[in-house]
Amino acid sequence: MTVTDHTQATADAAHSHGIVPDSSRADRVVSFDVDAFPVPTGREENWRFSAVRDLKPLFADEPADGHLEWSTSDLPAGVTLTEIPVDDAVVRTVRAPGDRASAVAAKHSGGAMVLAIAPNTVVDEPITIDLNGAGGDVRGHLLVEVGTSAEATVVITRTGTARYSELVSVDLCDNAGLNLVLQQQWDADAIHAGEVVARLGRDARLRGTVVTLGGKVVRLNTSAAFAGEGASVDLFGLYFADSGQHQEHQLFVDHAVPKCTSRVTYKGALAGASARSVWIGDVLIRAAAEGTDTYELNRNLVLTDGARADSVPNLEIETGEIEGAGHASATGRFDEEQMFYLRSRGISEEQARKLVVRGFFADLIHEIGVPAVEASLMKQIELELEHVEEEIEDE
Amino acid sequence: MSTLEIRNLHVTVETPEGTKEILKGVDLTINSGETHAIMGPNGSGKSTLAYSIAGHPKYEITEGSVTLDGEDVLEMSVDERAKAGLFLAMQYPVEVPGVSVSNFLRTAKTAIDGEAPKLRTWVKDVKGAMENLRMDPAFGERGVNEGFSGGEKKRHEILQMELLQPKISILDETDSGLDVDALRIVSEGVNRAKDNTGLGIMLITHYTRILNYIRPDYVHVFVNGRVAEEGGPELAERLEAEGYDRYLASA
Ligand SMILES: Nc1ncnc2c1ncn2[C@@H]1O[C@H](COP(=O)(O)OP(=O)(O)O)[C@@H](O)[C@H]1O
Ligand SMILES: [Mg+2]
Repeated sequence: MTVTDHTQATADAAHSHGIVPDSSRADRVVSFDVDAFPVPTGREENWRFSAVRDLKPLFADEPADGHLEWSTSDLPAGVTLTEIPVDDAVVRTVRAPGDRASAVAAKHSGGAMVLAIAPNTVVDEPITIDLNGAGGDVRGHLLVEVGTSAEATVVITRTGTARYSELVSVDLCDNAGLNLVLQQQWDADAIHAGEVVARLGRDARLRGTVVTLGGKVVRLNTSAAFAGEGASVDLFGLYFADSGQHQEHQLFVDHAVPKCTSRVTYKGALAGASARSVWIGDVLIRAAAEGTDTYELNRNLVLTDGARADSVPNLEIETGEIEGAGHASATGRFDEEQMFYLRSRGISEEQARKLVVRGFFADLIHEIGVPAVEASLMKQIELELEHVEEEIEDE
Repeated sequence: MSTLEIRNLHVTVETPEGTKEILKGVDLTINSGETHAIMGPNGSGKSTLAYSIAGHPKYEITEGSVTLDGEDVLEMSVDERAKAGLFLAMQYPVEVPGVSVSNFLRTAKTAIDGEAPKLRTWVKDVKGAMENLRMDPAFGERGVNEGFSGGEKKRHEILQMELLQPKISILDETDSGLDVDALRIVSEGVNRAKDNTGLGIMLITHYTRILNYIRPDYVHVFVNGRVAEEGGPELAERLEAEGYDRYLASA
């Protein structure tokens, strides 16, 4: 078990684990121009752990003929879903794409969907959007716009299969609240590269949860930038990689203004010889961001030999006037003492393993705050655990 | 009537400095209804004895035997030992985050009995046992040992013992770190289990104080990996007065 826990990190990048970034995270290119991003080779800072070969079709600067089938729950008053042309979408997106797949998705989406919550609208029931792929290449661009003081929960679930690249823009006006759940429940052969870019106005609150269980390759990067004081983000992630799955989650929280809070909590389990997960968590506290309070955590539970989890937290701090800044990253096998304790009460090895894995995810699942999602997730974890037992028998 | 028989038990552990023999030939027999106090200084191997009987993977048995009613305990997996009727109340109970106490207890009971307990009586049993141990019902929803105080952890161990109803129970310094009130509550639990089920008890302790609450039938002085002296309760009184120095000098 390796644990890093820096409750007060220093202002340089010296404690980033592994490669030291050559420049500040603030200097990364963002652009709607596909040509601003050369086709990734796997040597780039932000692609070095990625399944670049599988992702290749998503880098092609050309339209795609496939699409995802949308099914949406009934939209309550004050909520609209409309399609807008690419040019408009570019203007309304809160930040330009940060990599080639995302830029390609925006350029070739053929039109973006906008889910808008009118100001002061409070939606109690979750708005659910199911996206089902029937194969082929798909480019997508989605905008979620939450008006001033509006509140909503949006659950987006991807199923079926596709080679899918996307850009999701999340715009929270002042004092808006959004609980956004993105579930990757793809079939086993799906390839998915997505970028979520969020901007939070003054006092806005974003709770974002990413659940990645399906797909062959999923690379889902989330950036959240504070544009007004007093805002907060909670970003949760849960992933479970089996043999042959490559799941990558990169995060970037940009504290550009004072008095904002961010929490990042990602947990993953890996089972199977070629199971692979990558977590990169970047937090930038700019000079102006006095009173920032941030903490990011990544934990990985490696259930079998051969599975590999990379975990890279980076904290860049440009002001000393902060409330708190910390990160923790831990990757380990099953805890022998926990297993012994449970088994000494008569609980079989298999069942003890299941208890420990369920327990590992339990607090995270309860954070999602959407009962239907929480319940279905517990069931899916059960299914994953059945696979784990098969993997362990194969070992 | 059950019998736990430990014969000439030798146990080693791997340390950074190499293999180290900790138990050097332990002989001990515990029958149902009997309480055996094992008393010894820190580092004498008491926990090693407890863990070895329970089957902790860190400890390697190099010689000797452990049987329960003639069955070879050392051949059994950790969970099989529990199902056979052995229970270990640990000196340092382990936290299992995210697994609720009530789920854990029900899972353990189901495993030990081979069938799920009847819901209505089970809920009542758990509630009653927790009340007896002055545990807040809210404990049921907390993670196993997660954030428990030292005393809460020990009470939780005894709660499990009362509910799982083992034949032979090993209590590894259950009294250590308890204030007198907690000690009394925990001791009552042990005595209750003994009265109800005729439990045989190996009571590992560093201090004589618990013996005011749980009367031992036998006292074994444990020094340097083996039993150095055996006797009745009067031996504990002598230890109280003289300490372990006499044994350590000759060890
Ligand atoms: N897992 C272990 N690894 C290394 N040394 C151990 C281990 N367990 C016990 N020991 C050593 O064995 C000796 C006996 O320990 P222990 O059984 O815990 O004694 P007691 O419970 O009587 O205090 C001590 O010297 C201790 O350091
Ligand atoms: Mg001990």
